Amino acid sequence: MNETTLTAEQRTERLQGLGCKRKRVEDIRFTQGKGNYVDDLKLPGMLYGDFVRTPYGHARIKNIDASKAKALPGVVAVLTAADLKPLNLHYMPTLAGDVQAVLAEEKVLFQNQEVAFVIAEERYIAADAVELVEVEYEALPVLVDPLKAMAADAPVLREDLKDKTDGAHGKRKHHNHVFNWEIGDREATDMAFKKAEVSIKEHIVYQRVHPCPLETCQCVASFDKVRGELTLWGTFQAPHVIRTVASLISKIPEHKIHVIAPDIGGGFGNKVGAYPGYICSVVASIVTGRPVKWVEDRIENLSATAFARDYHMQTEIAATRDGTVTGLRVYTIADHGAFDACADPSKWPAGFFNIVTGSYDFPAAHVSVDGVYSNKAPGGVAYRCSFRVTEAAYCIERAMDILAQKLGMDPAELRLKNFVRREQFPYQSALGWEYDSGDYHTAMRKVMDAVGYDKLRAEQKARQEAFRRGETRELMGIGVAFFTEIVGAGPSRNCDILGIAMFDSAEIRIHPTGAVIARLGTKSQGQGHETTYAQIIASELGLPADDIAVEEGNTDTAPYGLGTYGSRSTPVSGAATAMAARKIRAKAQMIAAFMLEVHDDDLEWDIDRFRVKGNPEQFKTMKEIAWAAYNRVPPGMEPGLEAVSYYDPPNMTYPFGAYICVVDVDVDTGETKVRRFYALDDCGTRINPMIIEGQIHGGLTEAFGIAMGQEIRYDEAGNVTGPSLMDYFLPTAVETPKWETDWTTTPSPHHPIGAKGVGESPNVGGVPCFANAVNDAFKFLGSTHIAMPHDNWRTWTAAEKLGLHG
Amino acid sequence: MAKSHVTMKVNGKPVEALVEPRTLLIHFLREQLNLTGPHIGCDTSHCGACTVDLDGKSVKSCTVFAVQAEGADILTIEGMASPDGTLHVLQEAFREMHGLQCGFCTPGMIMRAYRLLQEIPAPSEEDIRAGIAGNLCRCTGYQNIVKAIQYAAAKINGVPFREAAE
Repeated sequence: MNETTLTAEQRTERLQGLGCKRKRVEDIRFTQGKGNYVDDLKLPGMLYGDFVRTPYGHARIKNIDASKAKALPGVVAVLTAADLKPLNLHYMPTLAGDVQAVLAEEKVLFQNQEVAFVIAEERYIAADAVELVEVEYEALPVLVDPLKAMAADAPVLREDLKDKTDGAHGKRKHHNHVFNWEIGDREATDMAFKKAEVSIKEHIVYQRVHPCPLETCQCVASFDKVRGELTLWGTFQAPHVIRTVASLISKIPEHKIHVIAPDIGGGFGNKVGAYPGYICSVVASIVTGRPVKWVEDRIENLSATAFARDYHMQTEIAATRDGTVTGLRVYTIADHGAFDACADPSKWPAGFFNIVTGSYDFPAAHVSVDGVYSNKAPGGVAYRCSFRVTEAAYCIERAMDILAQKLGMDPAELRLKNFVRREQFPYQSALGWEYDSGDYHTAMRKVMDAVGYDKLRAEQKARQEAFRRGETRELMGIGVAFFTEIVGAGPSRNCDILGIAMFDSAEIRIHPTGAVIARLGTKSQGQGHETTYAQIIASELGLPADDIAVEEGNTDTAPYGLGTYGSRSTPVSGAATAMAARKIRAKAQMIAAFMLEVHDDDLEWDIDRFRVKGNPEQFKTMKEIAWAAYNRVPPGMEPGLEAVSYYDPPNMTYPFGAYICVVDVDVDTGETKVRRFYALDDCGTRINPMIIEGQIHGGLTEAFGIAMGQEIRYDEAGNVTGPSLMDYFLPTAVETPKWETDWTTTPSPHHPIGAKGVGESPNVGGVPCFANAVNDAFKFLGSTHIAMPHDNWRTWTAAEKLGLHG
Repeated sequence: MAKSHVTMKVNGKPVEALVEPRTLLIHFLREQLNLTGPHIGCDTSHCGACTVDLDGKSVKSCTVFAVQAEGADILTIEGMASPDGTLHVLQEAFREMHGLQCGFCTPGMIMRAYRLLQEIPAPSEEDIRAGIAGNLCRCTGYQNIVKAIQYAAAKINGVPFREAAE
């Protein structure tokens, strides 16, 4: 078969481009144990670092005695704040404009905070030496309840900020205050509540959780004294940002820092920020002149790096008696822990929490968020969601259910009544966003039809009657949730990190044989970028995906980008990929015209080639053009075929979805069984349906974990209770429900290929769906809001409070 | 610390080495034998990323001392493909069914599935879910891992693979 006889379908199919369920390129190495993760690295002379951590939630450091540790054979050095202070490295800047102690100087502010860094010849010796460092503390009063953080008599946590009335985000009104962030029309919202025929008010808490990727945070730092160059391998979701931050902190010129993120064992937001382990490893390598590896263990990971949520949301909705929403008011206390180390775009201290109007047409809304310090670990990362979007979705979706209950309306009906309508897009929300596209009614109705919603409600009614008659001890709950995400941060006009605009990038080079290498500013942690970016290029350039290598994570070779989190890879780097490919195609067209001796306007693109309009027999394939690009370009044209694109998105993208879940709750054991979970996602153009489905499965499973059991809890003494997999709930295959997935396609009007991003949608929509299902089971008994996580104990307690245990 | 002499068979090859008595098998495999397929994901024997096959049983190699493996026959993910490079059917199945994402749990998951299919050659979905309950995955939600194991079982048993009813 030659290029002339292949059908259009055959030519399209062999590309494995957009829409193809292409098998993943990455799997070939991962299934053979040949991935290359940070802890797999072994360099000659490499040393191991390990932290001495404090057992106190809040205490003054009286003395640190490392003499016994230093005397242990195999110990090379022990670093404390006293060693870092002359270098001005005992504090590091956070992405949120605060500073964080690298090693505690005078005080410790949360349990397991880093106090000293032991460097030894072997991993085990470092661990032995940690036990030998003697630290004397004087305990101080502990603050763990964020609602008490701004009490007049609350202990002063951050002595370094005591006299500072200005924070990174405006005035601080209390010594434990981080920032206030306010948005919306307060007066119009107050008026809506004044006129409201019906209103609801609920204190909704999204508990502190942790992303807990299976691989913890880790790095290897290697400083070459002769060249004055630093190489830093690490679990970095945003390697370029890490390089810039490393340069600013260390004063090593940026071109002499090589940051490399190899394969990453899951991120989920945990690996966006910079941690004391990275700084200490770099300093240790500079001091010792040898490579230094630092690998977090699981307890350190869960208790010291990157918690998520801890949002306490006073939520009110105003509505008319017939169920039209007229106003939304949310006042939030955000517990940021001991240091404000959120990884939000710099101008957004509460992330994109103002997506809290959700999918509904609220004429007025007002939001105020107060961030506070507490004696808990720093973080505040987006655990598999865009910045604070899961908190917002949980808040509005619980509140809509509570409103439906008060109105005596079906929760799905209330949603359908208030959805932003298709003809309203692009839609300006009351809290300042422009939703790019959507078709909410179609999505909701499709899911309701698929699960037989009316039938389920009828069954529920019959079961409730049977329960009242004492014939069953099981309650049936139907959870409805609809979410609108805001992802793809973001436009340079309102999104930056430390002043760097949140564009992203792609560089594509076509080799003479038509093989391709593409390099991007993002970094996959399991999303399958090596597979999907190649599919975009394959469709844009007509070269088979199998001939396209995709490389990320090496800051020396990849163009600058802001990394992978907030579902931004496809919306931003995916767009850059298409734009770079289009630059190449434009040049290819001129080369093809020269080869065919026609004007370039006489050519048209056809899957994998340029052909002469009206004469399809005359064509040049992209492969032929690639070869020509290196030996016979038109006079005056530079040879070669490559392009780079830095894409500054005109807007965010707004994926959405409708989820319905059915649960059966045993009131005597509190056990909740998920009978069915149906998830419809609209992520715009679908690049690889297999990978999308996998992302949905995974995100729903994380949502299930959060809603049904995860919590990073602190007791009153500041002890973090259960920060290991003994207690922290990661669902196994046994508990995890089976997922049913579905989709609609509403392309983004401003994205070059119409894609919107998908990885985080199921977490955003899944959490409220489970919570609504459990709450729905109890509401006919007068319960309005049972807080997450819905573990058996809490559910049993809820039943007990309702007097269901006789 | 005084070292002990150990001998064992790893992926079909005899191995001998000096190890500290407290050296965990996972560290011995990863750091002394450079077999970095098995991973470390927790400190409490919950995650199963370090799972290897030891004398015909799935073990979490973070919970075994290297000295306890004296004389043992150990198989890791690196020993699953044939010497000619042909992949084991489970390795093929995980790719075919999209049973992995970040790849960190995969070596342990495949090693557990390898033993499970010998314990129960034609497992039900319930058998598979219970059989891999000691191996955590944070990416896939397990659904496609279950499918991959069903696919491999069908291939090994020479029966047509039928996707579990959705």
